[in-house]
Amino acid sequence: MKTESLRDTYGKELVELGRKDPDIVVLDADLSSSTKTGYFAKEFPERFFNMGISEQSMVTTAAGLAISGKKPFVSTFAIFLMRTYEQIRQSICYNDVPVRFVVTHGGITVGEDGATHQIVEDVGIMSGLPNMSVIVPSDSVETKSVIDYLENIKHPHYVRLSREKFPVINDLSYEFKIGRGYVVKDGSDATVIANGIMVSKALEAANALKDKGIDLRIINMPSVKPIDKDIIIKAARETGRIITAEEHSIYNGLGSRVSEVVSENYPVIVKRIGMRDTFGKSGKAMELFSYFHMDVKDIIDYVIQSLEEKSYENIS
Amino acid sequence: MEATQIDLSDIALKIRREIIRMVYNAQSGHPGGSLSVTDILTVLYFKEMNIDPNKPKDPKRDRLILSKGHASPALYATLAIRGFFPVSDLSGFRKLDSHLEGHVTREVPGVEVSTGSLGQGLGIGVGMALAGRLDGMQYRVYVILGDGEMEEGNVWESLMAGYKYNLNNITAILDKNGIQLDGYTKDIMPMHDIKSMVESFGWNVIEIDGHNYDQIHEAVQASKNSDRPTFIIANTVKGKGVDFMENNPKYHGSPPESKELFERAMKQLGEQI
Repeated sequence: MKTESLRDTYGKELVELGRKDPDIVVLDADLSSSTKTGYFAKEFPERFFNMGISEQSMVTTAAGLAISGKKPFVSTFAIFLMRTYEQIRQSICYNDVPVRFVVTHGGITVGEDGATHQIVEDVGIMSGLPNMSVIVPSDSVETKSVIDYLENIKHPHYVRLSREKFPVINDLSYEFKIGRGYVVKDGSDATVIANGIMVSKALEAANALKDKGIDLRIINMPSVKPIDKDIIIKAARETGRIITAEEHSIYNGLGSRVSEVVSENYPVIVKRIGMRDTFGKSGKAMELFSYFHMDVKDIIDYVIQSLEEKSYENIS
Repeated sequence: MEATQIDLSDIALKIRREIIRMVYNAQSGHPGGSLSVTDILTVLYFKEMNIDPNKPKDPKRDRLILSKGHASPALYATLAIRGFFPVSDLSGFRKLDSHLEGHVTREVPGVEVSTGSLGQGLGIGVGMALAGRLDGMQYRVYVILGDGEMEEGNVWESLMAGYKYNLNNITAILDKNGIQLDGYTKDIMPMHDIKSMVESFGWNVIEIDGHNYDQIHEAVQASKNSDRPTFIIANTVKGKGVDFMENNPKYHGSPPESKELFERAMKQLGEQI
């Protein structure tokens, strides 16, 4: 599969938005060459604010810009935005102003930089905030559509990108809608609900399972909050088994949200793939997925395991 | 509406009485830092700022951020007396069915931004000032901070940003009353010399008596004519105007606890009984 960089797509799309919308402003904290907001800085220096290594100042300044009618995009590495949790809570979410956080280097794909630069808790932290929407795109096509969607939002949003290039899985007609999940492959034996890079891994797993006669449904769930309840309940009802997969902790991320929907509406077996109450580690990005049991092989194992277990309906 | 000096002291007394009534009514709230900042708010809202209570969202209006959001009684009373909403609303302060929360909220007419968690207001002011400049608007941004609040790192980050972008459309005012929740600021976290510290961050610093209307007026005028962002250090008295509250850390966050103390405070603030 062809691979493309999500942050590169972000940087380029930001320039496109900036050309057509003079209210777009961008803030970064000394990482614009890595987050790719540097493209915007080069073309629109008067609308780009490099706040230095001062994330709290970046976030509160963005609040003031948004309150005054500007459309701020705020970027840094996901981990470093987290130190401003309280600024985000009070100055952005409580005031309910449309600041667009588009963070890069989320998850473990930062690779060799190691645990201090990897974050697998951010989706949970941000999802807990009232008024905040949380989005994890699965490829560059989806990223572009998400960035376009952000132009005219009315509330704060958190978009989490990873560092590595991702396989392109969506076709160019894809259109992002907040709160919607997407069936990328239909199937009836079990459902994998994934986001980020795990969607492409789930697709690979589905191909391998087809040879074993297992027909897997795959749902791409970019919106962790609000989440698409209907598509989850339908999958629970029709396939009886759900496996979640995310480049994030299984706690408070996609797996937790899906589990909540399932247990409250149509209880079936749910298995979660992701980081398990642990920090990351230095290593090549793709090696880390296998090290932490989050690779294609693991998805296959979890699916087979779930099929071997009795469904709750049969137990009663 | 421009008020004369005599009017200003009358207005300030009225605001102070409402502050005491609000915290006594609610049996909670922060009178000390509300009374210390009253004269600053009085001069800003009744003399200096370009605002219109009938058009609270006018794009040309000056903006004020009360970064020390616990002084909400002072801001709410000022806005009500200035005509943004009925003075009778003040009796609902801190109660469930009222729009007047314990800390400043944006729901209230005339309030620009919700505040209460310290250290964030100056950054928001920097963002508003940048937006005003981008839009070619002439409005001024006022940010009021407390001296305990200066302990927050976010403030110093925002001072750096104000210097970098040379925001001469921002006036920060420090309500330097020397007391924070746990006691005297000089004991909790002493700062060697705030004036030279802020100056070294590149700001135009003016030091005044924060209860002297002429000095407040002159400092604000000077900030309007400065080619740099201005930081006014206003030396104030915590609990100003009520003898048992003045310079008493106890009244940072406690109301008068008895009817006798309430009446004593109101009498000192000129209430005719």
